[in-house]
Order: sequence, then structure tokens, then C-alpha cells
Amino acid sequence: MTLVAHDLGLAYDRRQVVEGLDLTVPEGRVTVVIGANGCGKSTLLRGLARLLRPSHGSVTLDGEELWSISPRRLARMVGLLPQQPVAPEGITVADLVGRGRYPHQGVFQRWGDDDRAVVAHALAVTGTADLAERRVEELSGGQRQRVWIAMALAQEPRILLLDEPTTYLDIAHQVEVLDLLADLNRERGTTIVMVLHDLNLAARYADHLVVMREGRIVHEGAPEKVLDAGSVREAFGLEAMVVPDPVTGGPLVVPLSKAHPTAQAVDASAGKEG
Amino acid sequence: MSLTTPPRSSGPSGSSGSSGPTEAEIAGRVARAARAGVRRRVLVTLALVAAVLVVAVLSLTTGEVALTVPELVGALSPDGDVFARYVLLDLRLPRLAMAAEVGALLALAGALFQSVLRNPLASPDIIGISQGATVGAVTALLVLGWGGLAVAGCAALGGLVVAAANLLLGWRNGFSSYRFVLTGIGLAFVATSVVGYLLTRSDVREAQSALVWMAGSVSGADPAGVRHLGLVLVVLLPVGALLARGLGLLEMGDDTAATLGVRPTLLRVAALVTGVVAAAAAVSVAGPVSFVALTAPPIARRLLGDGRVGLVPTVLVGVVVATAADFVAGHVVPGQVSVPLGVVTGLLGGPYLVWLLATTSPDRRSR
Repeated sequence: MTLVAHDLGLAYDRRQVVEGLDLTVPEGRVTVVIGANGCGKSTLLRGLARLLRPSHGSVTLDGEELWSISPRRLARMVGLLPQQPVAPEGITVADLVGRGRYPHQGVFQRWGDDDRAVVAHALAVTGTADLAERRVEELSGGQRQRVWIAMALAQEPRILLLDEPTTYLDIAHQVEVLDLLADLNRERGTTIVMVLHDLNLAARYADHLVVMREGRIVHEGAPEKVLDAGSVREAFGLEAMVVPDPVTGGPLVVPLSKAHPTAQAVDASAGKEG
Repeated sequence: MSLTTPPRSSGPSGSSGSSGPTEAEIAGRVARAARAGVRRRVLVTLALVAAVLVVAVLSLTTGEVALTVPELVGALSPDGDVFARYVLLDLRLPRLAMAAEVGALLALAGALFQSVLRNPLASPDIIGISQGATVGAVTALLVLGWGGLAVAGCAALGGLVVAAANLLLGWRNGFSSYRFVLTGIGLAFVATSVVGYLLTRSDVREAQSALVWMAGSVSGADPAGVRHLGLVLVVLLPVGALLARGLGLLEMGDDTAATLGVRPTLLRVAALVTGVVAAAAAVSVAGPVSFVALTAPPIARRLLGDGRVGLVPTVLVGVVVATAADFVAGHVVPGQVSVPLGVVTGLLGGPYLVWLLATTSPDRRSR
């Protein structure tokens, strides 16, 4: 199932946020979108999820215009986890995850055994089974994020879009959530597109890295090809060193800062020696 | 579809023991939780039905002509006591039925508005629909000199006009519930001013009839009105039930709802129209009975306690509140003439509103 943006323009009111963007989301892979604040990353996700009508160009799913697909049918193929999803007051984890089944249920046909099995599976995979009867508002940030991912899994989309799924999580929970998504991608073949702020986690988990600047894609490809001092400077206006990640061998971005001019020199020479 | 490996418990928060239960056990647990939810729902519904019955029996037996329960049952059969039958079928039953219908319609309207607008203040008597209906009714009574069903028609029209004006004025790059509520409050003031103008320029005796209507009363209930409201309910309740599930998703925000296959704008407009028609119908017959629409949904929500829009419990709460308030108005409040229903609901609802404003934090729900 291929999601493609053709010469895509996206705007709020008269403010053009994304312009002339072409992107083919690699099927069955993990794509990570990075870029400075306000560069249009989240807007791009909204455009790919049919939440924002293109002001120009189009998005197609297997060649079919996104806006000609009924919302319910699209919801069975493409899911999106917004940056700050809102849980209704008092809802339990099982109920919330169960709502992911909505696009699979008819108007009169409600819960079936297969729905229950899918929900149980989503709870099991995300490690939230023990929370099933708890209220969502009682959970910690990390637990809550896993519950939302469980809901997105219960939806069983072929393509899952996530807007900064690791925001507000500590580093351990960030890695945990990203591992979960990597598992999902590897074992179920779900195509994943996510926006991340942490460049090093982006480089580590992405098969395909998309660098955006001012509403356009400036670089895309494998992280080790795309992420270097030049592209970081171009996208973020930040001077940085890119060294090999001691864990994966991929790129690791180490920012330079005005407050540490000497450290910069030391690191630079250390980098050369290494 | 066949992702069977257990979750990685490598993360530090994998301490939730997620490697323990099998999926079948989890499915069983989910099913058990769902059954517990259903049980509570059924229990709450049964309790509310019982409350409705208690209030109904009280209302039907109490009054200047007191009836015992056996007399009540006897009067229901065609060969019962003629006088008891007259008191019951012509006087008390229509009034009870109309109070129940008005309560049900207002609760439905309140549930739809509060769910769609994500605002506990969103209720037809606060966002101008009741006031618009009042303008319609008072215009019919005082300016046009009409009566009966024509007043109801004008009231319904007035409510619909205010709601339509609100949508048109508030629609800027899409719908904003915040704007809808604030615009509605503004329109309510305009409508109240218009009513004040119409009242002051009219004859005192005519103004009196308008004032009685404005207090919100079901004491003049007649079988025709009961039938009309019944018809509206038969149409609107299934519509509300159809919308309810989507509205539950809408509470998670437009983006999440849309990605689950809901059309937020379409659903919102459909729910608003349904709510406006329900409120306008209730107000057109009974006058602006205040606070039932505002209080019924949160009471039901609290009884259910699972964060869902329980349409049936909400409607039942509306029925209980309205019929109990009418019982209080008719039999408990002292006075030669029976006090209008709206006076009692206002007395009960005012403090509730204060409490609501005092305890609601300006959190995500007030968006």
C-alpha cells in the first residue's frame, strides 16, 4: 500500500505551510520526518492522513486520490496518532483501545469475538494488558502513550502515522515506544511514518529519513547518507559534528554551542583522531 | 495479523508484568470488564426507570382528589370510576406525560450539545435557543394575537432562527465550539431584550399570558400536545442513538475521530440540528423550562462513571428531573395556583450552575 504526495501544497487560512512537496512513502519501512519547529512536519502528516485538504497537488493511496476514499474505508488502511490525543473523562484503557475498532464495525453490527481478540492482542503487544481496567487519566505519560499506540494497533492500519510519539516521555520510555514501533514494523509489516525531534533517535530508527525545511523536503534517504553537518546546518541552522553512533555505527549528531568553544576544538580534534 | 511474540519487556517500565497473561486471558479480562460496564449500565437504567415509576405514581395519586394505588389501577380500566378516570386521564396523565416528554427532549438536546461542543455550559437555555423560542412565542401571543399550536410553531421557529444565526455568525474557517457558545450567549441577551420590548409595549392582561408561557409550564397539557411531542421523540431518539457512538469518538478531538473514520463536521452539524429541533420542540410546547438540559447529561455521566455518552440514561434522568420538578411545582410549593415547572427547575438548576462553575477547572474540556 503506497502513500504518495504529488506536488503537495498545504495551507492554514492563507498561510502556506507546505509547498510543492513530493514524497513516496516507502512501503513496509519506517520513515522519520525531521526539521525545525514550524517547518511543516506535523502539517505534512495531517495532509497524508486526510485531515487537511491540499491547497495544491494531491495525495494518493495506491493511486487512488485520498479525498475520494470514504473516511471509514481510509481508517481501515491509514491511522494517525496526533501529538496530544485527548481521552474522554473517565474512560478505561480497554474502552479506549476498543474505539480503534470503530472503522471495522458497521452501524448496527457492534462487538464481535474478533474485535475482542484484536483489542486483547493490541493490549498484549503494547504491554498494557494489566492496565485494561484502569482509567486513562490515572496513567503515567509512558503508559498513556502505549495505550494510545494500542488503540492505533486495534485499528489495524497498513500505514501508521505518528506525530512526535515520544514527546513528554523520558529517554527510557522514548526508546521503549520506538522499539515497540520497530517491532510492529518488522513483524507485521506496518508502514510507519513519524515525526521525531530527537535527531539521534530518528537516525537510529529510520529506514528512510526525510529532512524538511520551510515546507519543503531538502534531503531524503537512508540516515547515514542524509544526516551530516551540512544537512543539520541547512535544516536547523545549527553547527554540529556528526560522528558514528557507538551502538549502531549510524550517524550521531553532537551539537556545537557558543558556550563551549574550547570543548568544540577538543571534540573536533578527538573526532579526527578517532 | 500474526504478531504473536510477547512485548519486549526490556524497557524499565516493563515492570507492569506484561509477559504474564496470554492473549486469551487478556481477551477474557477485556470481556469481563465490558460485562461489568454493561452490568452497571443496566443497573443505572433500571434504577432510573424505577425512579420514573415512583414519581409517576406519586404525581398520579396526589392532588386535591387523592387516589390510592388500587383506585389508580381501577381507573385505568374502561369500566372504572368515571370521575377518577376524568381526573387521571384528562388532568394528570397528560401533564405527567408532557413533563416526561419535555424532560426527555431537553436531556437529549443537552447531551447532544454538550458532547458536540465539549462544553458543560452548552445547553439550549444558555446558548440562546430557549430565548429565541421565547421571542417567537411572545411575538405570536402579543403581536399576532395567535394562540394554541401557532404559538408552538412560532416558538420552534424562533429557536431554529437563533441557532441558524449562531452558526452563520460563528462560522469562520470552520466551526469553533467556543465561538458557538459565546455567540449563543450574546444572542440570548439580544433575544431577552426583544422579549422585554414586546412585553412593555403590550397590554397588561395580554402580557400576563405571555409571562405564564415564559415561566415554562406543563399545567395546560393537552392530549394533542402530548401526541406532538411523542412524535418528535419517536423520530429524534433513534437519530440521537445513531449519532451517539460517533459523538463519543468526537470527544477525543476532531483529528483522532477523523482518523477513525468519522466525518467531524457532518456529524457535528447533524447533532446540532437534532439538538436544536429537540430543544425547540420542548420549549415550543412547555415554554423555556430551564436547567433540565444543562443538568441531565452530567448527572447521567456521573451515574455511569465510564466516560461515555449514555443516551438512554441521560434521557431517563431528564424525565426524572422534569417530572419530579413538576410534582414539586404542583404539590409541594405553597400557593393557590400551581407554580410553573420552570420555576422549580430554575431554583434547582441555579445552584447547580454555580457549583459547576466553581468546580470546573479551565482544562481541556473547555476548549
